[in-house]
Amino acid sequence: MAKQIKKERIKVPEQDPKARIHNFNEVALGYTFELAKEEASRCLQCPYNFAPCIKGCPVNVNIPGFIKKILEEDIKGALEVIHKTNSLPGITGRVCPQEEQCEMNCVMGKLGDKINIGKLERFVADYAREHGIMPETEIAPKNGKRVAIVGSGPAGLTAASDLIKMGYDVTVFEALHEPGGVLIYGIPEFRLPKDIVHYEVKYLKMLGAKIETNVVIGKTKSLYDLAKEYDAVFLGTGAGTPKFLNIPGVNCKGIYSANEFLTRINLMKAFKFPEYDTPIRKGKKLAVIGAGNVAMDAARSALRVGYEEVYILYRRTREYMTAREEEIHHAEEEGVKFMFLVSPVAFIGDEDCNVKVVKLIMNRLGEPDSSGRRRPEPIPGTEFGLEVDAVVFAIGQKPNKVLYQEVPELKTTRWGTLVVDENYRTTMPGVFAGGDAVRGEATVVLAMGDGKRAAKAIDEYIKTGEWPKEIEPHNF
Amino acid sequence: MFEIVDKKVLAPNIKWIRVKAPLVVENARAGQFIVLRLHERGERIPLTLFKWHKEDGTIELVFQEVGKTTYELGSYEPGDKIMDIVGPLGKPTHIENYGTAVVVSGGVGAPIGYAVTRALKEAGNHVVSIIGFRNRQYVILEDEFKKVSDELLITTDDGSYVRKGFTTDVLKEYLENGGRADYVFTVGPVIMMKLIAKITKEYGIKTDASLNPIMVDGTGMCGACRVTVGGEIKFACVDGPDFDAHQVDFDELLMRLTEYKREEREALDRYVKGVH
Repeated sequence: MAKQIKKERIKVPEQDPKARIHNFNEVALGYTFELAKEEASRCLQCPYNFAPCIKGCPVNVNIPGFIKKILEEDIKGALEVIHKTNSLPGITGRVCPQEEQCEMNCVMGKLGDKINIGKLERFVADYAREHGIMPETEIAPKNGKRVAIVGSGPAGLTAASDLIKMGYDVTVFEALHEPGGVLIYGIPEFRLPKDIVHYEVKYLKMLGAKIETNVVIGKTKSLYDLAKEYDAVFLGTGAGTPKFLNIPGVNCKGIYSANEFLTRINLMKAFKFPEYDTPIRKGKKLAVIGAGNVAMDAARSALRVGYEEVYILYRRTREYMTAREEEIHHAEEEGVKFMFLVSPVAFIGDEDCNVKVVKLIMNRLGEPDSSGRRRPEPIPGTEFGLEVDAVVFAIGQKPNKVLYQEVPELKTTRWGTLVVDENYRTTMPGVFAGGDAVRGEATVVLAMGDGKRAAKAIDEYIKTGEWPKEIEPHNF
Repeated sequence: MFEIVDKKVLAPNIKWIRVKAPLVVENARAGQFIVLRLHERGERIPLTLFKWHKEDGTIELVFQEVGKTTYELGSYEPGDKIMDIVGPLGKPTHIENYGTAVVVSGGVGAPIGYAVTRALKEAGNHVVSIIGFRNRQYVILEDEFKKVSDELLITTDDGSYVRKGFTTDVLKEYLENGGRADYVFTVGPVIMMKLIAKITKEYGIKTDASLNPIMVDGTGMCGACRVTVGGEIKFACVDGPDFDAHQVDFDELLMRLTEYKREEREALDRYVKGVH
């Protein structure tokens, strides 16, 4: 008799919205072994060379392969399948937009719900971590060559892990006091517990990667020093410079960039002030400007810091929001309020210039712009005020140009991203770059994919010593 | 971890420490700063570089105990360790031979003023140092300044040492008496820098001020330290900390510095009462 196919996805237990807005604990609790097996049993096990899920994964994890191991109750085996191409499964299982990647073309989608690949990957990583299961990783004998990685975000960590496995001596330089990049300072604890980032970084160190925190390349050491001391350099410096709108009152007190707001909360633990020394502004009403994932993170963090009313102010309509559906849904469940078709035009402060009101103007949607999205156009005479105690700007970030300011041979585009060719080679011989530093703001797993492919290109370069005379800019 | 190797009390609540920070010294230049974090639960605070030594990889810092973190740092003794130090950060002060350079430093701005004075002197300038303090008790670094200045003018607010008056009074007199100034650098309390800038503007003298806004990372990723210069938003940690003093919105800077006044007091109260 043919096996009955379960059409519906096995639900992942979650913390109750009313309870969770008072803590920073993880919202999605993850599968138990039983639930994971049940979900795994739904996978049709498409053959490796065909499986559309593998093609959709930027680091090409053998998805049916690890799912089969879960069914066989071989978690170590599942972990080893994942680790062949992805060293950070506890992270990617949580923060990847799976619906746009591995899960997008899942064949099960034609019969019912797609397989919950992300949560299964997360289950494998969590189960292994909790039970002390380590993957056996093949590491090539040391080849005596040294590679420097600048930035310890997802791109840098992935490149480091792949290069270590190829036998390179790898040193990662990080400007902040903790490695992880956006995984540490940006993505909140309730989506990605910091213990998981620490654990995966520890694993990398165990493989032999050296990580030097508190080093700002371009200040503490120059890029020229690195290029001299190492056989190759990879720049995974991200896009960490926040944008503000230069409108009246933008420097009033209580107005944050999302980076500052989230860094205070995630990296510095300001939500535990005064037990921790870093403060954060408290109040009743907070407005977030923007509607991407960072905006959702900021809004949901604000609730947990104690703000009672939190608004997302977005200049377009709901359908144009760039945040993941899951994050928008979580934000709505938690009581975040959404205002569409509004743009801030000024901030008004009290006599001490504490922000008190955001002055907004209503928009209508006009013709599509270069991104294909309809451009918001302000409607004259529609200004109104929204009372607030704090504001967070989440309107995007650009690469930190300071790092390359004194390196004229390193070319950048007009958006400030580094010019690289399709092999991640920059215009400075021996120096590679990937992740947000070349893409502008993108996703964790795209950065990881870049790190992975750049590691391959670095290996090739060190073996052959070849570098093209001209770099043909590639658009990632 | 960064070990404190020496410590002195320079004045009431003003302390000097020498710390092993070998990575910081290699590229350090006058006008730059470091960010430190004392321990796991600590905050990140900026402190300017007073001196640095390539020979033994140490840096010297001078700080005033004004809040929880600086009081706690003040309680550290040689042998104690600071968890994180990162630097040098910020753009170095632009140094060239201007002819006659006047450096105006107030209070705990003096350590930066000293570093810049020394660099200007080494670049061949005739350097006039004006340093001002609240009263005799708070006078620091006098001998240091003497060694690197061609002229040294000291003042105290209450007249308890050398003369009575503010640094602004001294600068005004100096210029009124025909003193030459091809360049002015100023560092100290915001009000003082604002008034110095006002004077030099009247005389049309190029003036840089070293700004001291609130900072978190110190590497340009958050904008906590944003200031308005010539109508534009600048991040002091990466675009500064020095800016054309005639373009800076000092009132805004002053206002932004009070962002966490209440929290700062709360943290200090807890610390003084021994609640950790």
